[in-house]
Formats: sequence, C-alpha cells, structure tokens
Amino acid sequence: MIRGVIIGALLLLFGGLRLPIESSLTEQHRSAYFHQARLGLDLREQIGQLGFLAALSGFRSLVADVVFIQAHVAWERTEWGRVLLLFRQATTLQPRSVLFWDMAAWHMAWNASVAALHDEALPNDLVRRKAQREYIDLGKDFLERGIKNNPDRPQLYESLARLYKEKLQNHAAAATCYARAAALPGAAEYDNRFAAYELSFAPGHEREAYEALRRLYDLGEHERLPTLLTRLKFLEEKLGIPLYERIPDKEK
Amino acid sequence: MAELQHRSFSLGRIAALTGNTFTELVRLKVFYFLLIFALLLIGNSLFMARLSFQQEFQVLKDVSLGAMSIFTSLLAIVATAQLLPRDLEDRTIYTILAKPVPRYEYLIGKLAGVLLLLGLSILAMSALFLALLFVREQMLMSETLRETAGLRPEQVQAAIRSLEESAFNANLLPGIVIIYLKAALLAALTLFISTFASSNIFTIVVMVFIYFIGHLQATAREYWLQEHGGGWLAKTFLALVALAFPDLQLFNLVDDIVAGTAIPPGLFAQTAVLGCVYTSVYLFFAWVSFHGKAL
Repeated sequence: MIRGVIIGALLLLFGGLRLPIESSLTEQHRSAYFHQARLGLDLREQIGQLGFLAALSGFRSLVADVVFIQAHVAWERTEWGRVLLLFRQATTLQPRSVLFWDMAAWHMAWNASVAALHDEALPNDLVRRKAQREYIDLGKDFLERGIKNNPDRPQLYESLARLYKEKLQNHAAAATCYARAAALPGAAEYDNRFAAYELSFAPGHEREAYEALRRLYDLGEHERLPTLLTRLKFLEEKLGIPLYERIPDKEK
Repeated sequence: MAELQHRSFSLGRIAALTGNTFTELVRLKVFYFLLIFALLLIGNSLFMARLSFQQEFQVLKDVSLGAMSIFTSLLAIVATAQLLPRDLEDRTIYTILAKPVPRYEYLIGKLAGVLLLLGLSILAMSALFLALLFVREQMLMSETLRETAGLRPEQVQAAIRSLEESAFNANLLPGIVIIYLKAALLAALTLFISTFASSNIFTIVVMVFIYFIGHLQATAREYWLQEHGGGWLAKTFLALVALAFPDLQLFNLVDDIVAGTAIPPGLFAQTAVLGCVYTSVYLFFAWVSFHGKAL
C-alpha cells in the first residue's frame, strides 16, 4: 500500500517536472507547422469511429492516405460530390501534405468543373456554367487553405497562379502568386519569368510588366527566351518606349 | 587464488540477462511479423503503381512508417508484458534472484533484451523499406529518363530532382529513431506495469489504454492549463491525465516528415532526450515497485 502511494506520488512528481518541457516541445512542433490537424467531432462523423480512433492513435497520416485513395477511386468513377468530401477529410487529417491540397484543387477546378460544363443532366447552359464556376471556386478555396497551412512552400502558389491564369483569366493575381512562389526557397526557376509574363497580360500593369521583363532581359542570354522577347517587344510598342531604349530588333 | 569480489553493479551480469531475454524472445518466433511487414510493403507498392510517383511515394512512406510504428509498439508491449509472468511461471526468476543478482540488474537486463530485439526489428524493417524505396526510385528514374528524352537538359534535371525529392528524405532517419524511442518508452512502461500486474493480459490491456490516452495527453494538458477550462472536477481529471500519462503525440514526427516538413535538429534532439528520460524514469519506477516485493 505504502509502496503504491510512493509510486503514485513519484509518478505525479515526474509529471509535474516534465510538464513545462512537454508544453515547450508542443509549442516548438506547432511553430514548425506540425500537428496542425484539427480532429473535431465533425471529422469523426465523416471518417467513422474506427478511422477517428486510428487518427488519434498516431496513424493520422495513414488514415489520410486511405481517404486519399478512396478519393482517387471516387474520381475514377466521376463521383464529384464524394471526391470533394473525401479530399476535405484528407486535407483536414494531413494539412501539411501539399500533394493533397494540389490534387484536391486540380480535381475540382479542372476535372469536376469541365464535367459540370458538359453535364447533360443539368437543365441549361446557364446552370452548367454556374456549376462550373462553383467547382473552380472550390479548387481555389483548396489552394488558398493549403497555402495558409503551408506558407513556406512554393508549389501551391504556383498551382494557384495556374488556376488564376487558366480558369479565371486573372493575370494580375496569377502574377502575384508566381512572384510569391519565386520568393520562397525551392521555387522553380521559371516562377520569376512567369510572374513577369502574366503581368504583361494584365491590363493596367503594362509599365510594371515592362520593367520586370526588362530586368530579366538584362540578366543575360539565359533569360532571353522567345516568350520574353515577344512580350517585351509588344510592351515596347504599346508603351511607346524610345527607340534607343528598346531591345535590338534581331531579338524580335 | 585471489578471492572473487562481488560487485554491486556488473555489466557482465546485465549482458548475460540481456542475451538470455533476447534468446527467449527470439524463440517465441516474434520475427514472423517481419514477413507481414514485407508483404504489406510489396503489396502496397504493387497497388500504388497506378498512382503518380509523388502519390505513390507518399503512400508508401506513410504505410511503411505507420506499420513500423504499430509493429514496434505492439512488440514492445507484448514482448515485455510476458517477461516477468513467464519467469515466475517457469520459476527462473527464483534461480536468478537466489544468486547475488540485484533486482535492478535483473530489470535492466530484461529491458535491454527487449530493446535489443526492438532495435534489430526496426533495423530489418528500415532496410526493407529503404530497399523498396530505392528500387521504385530507380525504376521510375529510368521511366522518367525515357519519357523526357527529347526535352531540354534543365527540364530533365528538374524532373529527376522532383522524383528524388519525392522518394528519399534525410529526415526519415531521425523519424525512424523517434519510432524506436517511442517503442523503448512503451517497453519500459510495460515493465513497470508488469511489476504489480496480476497477469500479462492485464498488463497488455492497461498498456493499450495508456497507448490511446497517451496520444490525447497533450489535449488534456492544454485544456487543464487553460484559464477557462471547466469546473474543478474536470480540471482534476485533466490534471491527472496530464501528469500520469506520457505525451506520445510528441513522438509522432513521421506524419509531418512524410508530408515534407523538415525537423529542426534541436527539436529532434530534445524529443530523443525526452524519450530516453521517459525510458529511464519508468525503469526506475519499475525498480521501486519490484524492489523488496515478495515473490
């Protein structure tokens, strides 16, 4: 009995001693963007009791993978509502996986939106276009939330830039996203160039775009790619740049 | 002839106990789970071939590390839970303790045997996992080179870099070390529970509960430490959970490593030290409980 009391007291004492260490480590994990998953009751309802239990027992990532594979199967069957639901679960369980956010956005903004546009079951073209737009917005929402969870990685900024460019024709926003991606470690070398290209298509940003393209041009031969030269020439004409400041015509 | 002096602490005696415990455990054919692990990996790899290489590698790593974590944790609990009851049943413990072997040496030897078994198991699983990762990477590399044959060299380089980054991540190794330390912690805690448990079934059931509660300890701790965290009854309950149970969630670094998060070396070192401290303290508690106990 006395031994039991002593052990109990020692256990609590040890708990008290490690408390600040554990709290500090948890904080460090959070600041390194770990454990951002929020395992709430709504998620339990979605993934079932067993999946929720597994997620709580240190197999969050594994459960997320299973959900991701289910989403893949749902995509193969073109069950778009289920794809959306499953990707929401997968990204909630594993918010640090860029792949999940990216795939979710791609399925919504590219695949589901096109499927909606050609959906014969919808009554008319107006409804089809509305559904298409809703899926594109869902894709954008996935990418924006993905960026909030992974602000240190360039991939999702690049994907959002592509979405703005190809699906929403918002070139200024695409340029901003490419520029943000370019500022992050591990960014693709074309991000800076693409930011300038997109700016050159954005009405009202011609001067800014010209300066960005010119800066790239001045970096040397390796940046003087055909698209860059074409856009630069176009802007020189549009902005009425003096002849002596223009790039040589042979580069046209 | 010089008189042999009995030493209160002998590494030789501990090594003998460790070797003996390890042999006993190996005879239980616990390594069969490695076969299941290999089948799981190969099956997973074949199934995942239909996904893109980023998806395939992420799922392969998650499944492998998840399986490593569950197998080592289970092995730590089940193998340790039966050590003391088995020795009591076989009466081996009386033979050992009748000799001048202090009880702490007996406990250290038993735990070290389990840790050796866990170490070898995790090494074997890591080797299997890394070999499969390497083979898949090489297969996909040659596929990529074939598909990108006509592209510019920098585009080919970018494709290869992306493939390499998706496959192997240096952070996987510290992640595996942390899985081992979590299993070591669980083994020491199981040894402690088994010193006062009535049977190994009781120990295993208690440990399963501790395993689940341990993953929620951080949540309980945070609610307890919040200023507006409920009534005194709830606060007392949360305080007990926070103080009595280990925080196992701290040892789940692999989820984020697979997702591409880099672990700062300082954080890894602190987690590793915490794991060692837990293991040592639970071993000490086991000794406090076992010391002077009537057998």
